[in-house]
Amino acid sequence: MQSDRKTRFLTREEAIYFGLLAAVIFLILPMALDSFRLNLFGKYLSYAFVAIGLVLCWGAGGILSLGQGVFFGLGGYAMAMFLKLEASTPEATAIQSTPGIPDFMDWNQVTALPWWWEPFNSLAFTLVAVVAVPVAFAFIIGVAMFRRRVGGVYFAIITQAIAAILTILIIGQQGFTGGVNGITDLRTLKGWDIRSDEAKEILYFVNAGLLFACLFAAQYVRRSKLGRLLIAMRDQEDRVRFSGYDVASFKVFVFCLGAAFAGIGGAMFTLQVGFMSPTLVGIVPSIEMVIFAAVGGRLSILGAVYGTLLVNWAKTTLSESFPELWLLGLGALFIAVVMFFPNGLAGLWSEQVRPRLRKLFAGRGAGATPPAAPVPANSASAPDRPAAKAAAE
Amino acid sequence: MFAGYSAGELTAIFAMQGFAGLILFSVFVLMALGLAIIFGQMGVINMAHGEFMILGAYVTYLVSNAFATHLPDLFSIYFFVAMVLAFLASGALGMLVEWGLIRHLYRRPLDTLLATWGLSLILQQIYRSVFGAREVGVTIPNWMMGSLPLTDMIEVPINGLFVMVLAVGISVSIYALMFRSRWGQQVRAINQNRVMAGAVGINTERTDRLTFGIGCGIAGVAGSAFTMIGSTGPTSGQLYIVDTFLVVVFGGAGSLLGTIASAFTISQAQSVLEFFLSGSMAKVITLLVVVGILMLRPQGLFALKLRK
Repeated sequence: MQSDRKTRFLTREEAIYFGLLAAVIFLILPMALDSFRLNLFGKYLSYAFVAIGLVLCWGAGGILSLGQGVFFGLGGYAMAMFLKLEASTPEATAIQSTPGIPDFMDWNQVTALPWWWEPFNSLAFTLVAVVAVPVAFAFIIGVAMFRRRVGGVYFAIITQAIAAILTILIIGQQGFTGGVNGITDLRTLKGWDIRSDEAKEILYFVNAGLLFACLFAAQYVRRSKLGRLLIAMRDQEDRVRFSGYDVASFKVFVFCLGAAFAGIGGAMFTLQVGFMSPTLVGIVPSIEMVIFAAVGGRLSILGAVYGTLLVNWAKTTLSESFPELWLLGLGALFIAVVMFFPNGLAGLWSEQVRPRLRKLFAGRGAGATPPAAPVPANSASAPDRPAAKAAAE
Repeated sequence: MFAGYSAGELTAIFAMQGFAGLILFSVFVLMALGLAIIFGQMGVINMAHGEFMILGAYVTYLVSNAFATHLPDLFSIYFFVAMVLAFLASGALGMLVEWGLIRHLYRRPLDTLLATWGLSLILQQIYRSVFGAREVGVTIPNWMMGSLPLTDMIEVPINGLFVMVLAVGISVSIYALMFRSRWGQQVRAINQNRVMAGAVGINTERTDRLTFGIGCGIAGVAGSAFTMIGSTGPTSGQLYIVDTFLVVVFGGAGSLLGTIASAFTISQAQSVLEFFLSGSMAKVITLLVVVGILMLRPQGLFALKLRK
């Protein structure tokens, strides 16, 4: 039975957790929130795509990328370019000196659409690009780095530098990218007004559906042999290599998968919020996305979603009422998560809440239920192998 | 891009940009040296390094104000007092942070990175609450204003020259500390083999704390020097952190000489390119080349041969 429990796609308990999250996202939030707040939560959920990717790369694979904003941005910009071109018909932009090109190009004395904008006239191409461009980019970075066995902090620093480079590039080339303002004033998708309340609600559900597709994909990877190899690599990379596995390829794959998720998230962000800008690409957003995953629990894909919702909700609430407290709170959150809750909310659940619930139910029953799987106490002091139990459960 | 310039003009351009690059080089060296000690020798990623630097800058600002109001006669030398205080303030904060935070995370480098990022956010917010969100500048003493004409085309600003001298002085003293002092010997021993260093009687915990403190203190001095050439805001430190880490990694972590060589290469490349391209493109190209080289040669320019 043990092996069955470990290889089955969803255990009964996990199925319940997935069901609970689905209920929260598909039923409770849409019923409890007005259209404006729902759109806000839709935006948060688009960050959750990145957080899921980070759980796979960082929590399971031990690869901390501080450049996930790059992939989020690439996906988002791809979508924004399509929407911008649709909004820039010759009729709508008749007052420009060159009608038919996006307004920011006209402001920057660009007179013709650059060649690399042309393909984004096609929706089919755009939808492919949303995933393909981030994946291709991640593939290049991944192959270059992992083949040379660059990992750990070096990988983090270099991905961070890449995020910085892309931000500087986007801001510097404002004639082609919209500069620091980004690509704004997006209106319709194939003639369908994405700014109306009704459209925003539909987009929320599309976003939620895609999120669950990604969650299932991530769950599939974790349950597969690949997922178990990732964890083995994180803990003892050399042993896996000496067992004959091509470690670099697995890392490249999971990094590309994370990039694909981030790209989808970026595109959904653009659709729901109506703009894309370099403030979502750079170092600060990239590292904030890591904290979403860390708060939720770096080992739990569902935890990552809850973590993203919670941190962003706190950010919005706090920065509305006490703007100066927010940065202090966020900073303290970084430190507290790392020092005291390395496994985040999911860790709290599986180490504290669940054993007590079990005891409660066991006490009511015959009392024969064995105690919950022991969780390594004080996992903070042996953190190189964050409670593998929590990952397996 | 060189078309349209004569050979003589090109030489003058390279000389002028090269000198501007030297100031940038000094800035990089001052900032990177502290990081080279902390990251290179201890393997700790301190994302709050920029904030330690800014602390030094704010200390200098406070000292300059204090001298202006209470000791106007001694105003011309306030900077040297400020530098010492900046070193002590940043160093003390560094040791406190090591004690409270870093020492619990030595075996989790990625988590150190996140925790120190959190620390940097907190420090930024504290600076903003205390000193305001606007950038502050110090009054430069008279002897540091103006510039020295070298030739009829090239002029050297004295404050830039001063920062350069400071960078050289600090590099030399760090070199002496690392390779000629008891502390440096202990740091290098711990870097090579922590367990063995402990076994021969080196107090590794105390050495770690001192090392972190000295690294942060040097960042404070760097911040102090920055006030001579630019103004200081709560988020100024963050602007430099990526460049600084790239300088250290590009030079090869653990090699002080590598850090200086890579700071020189990066600053000169950026400064010369800036003349021919826009500032942002110069930076993009420089950083891209550095990242590209690091992908081909992850150990950096000067790699120490170490057994892992």
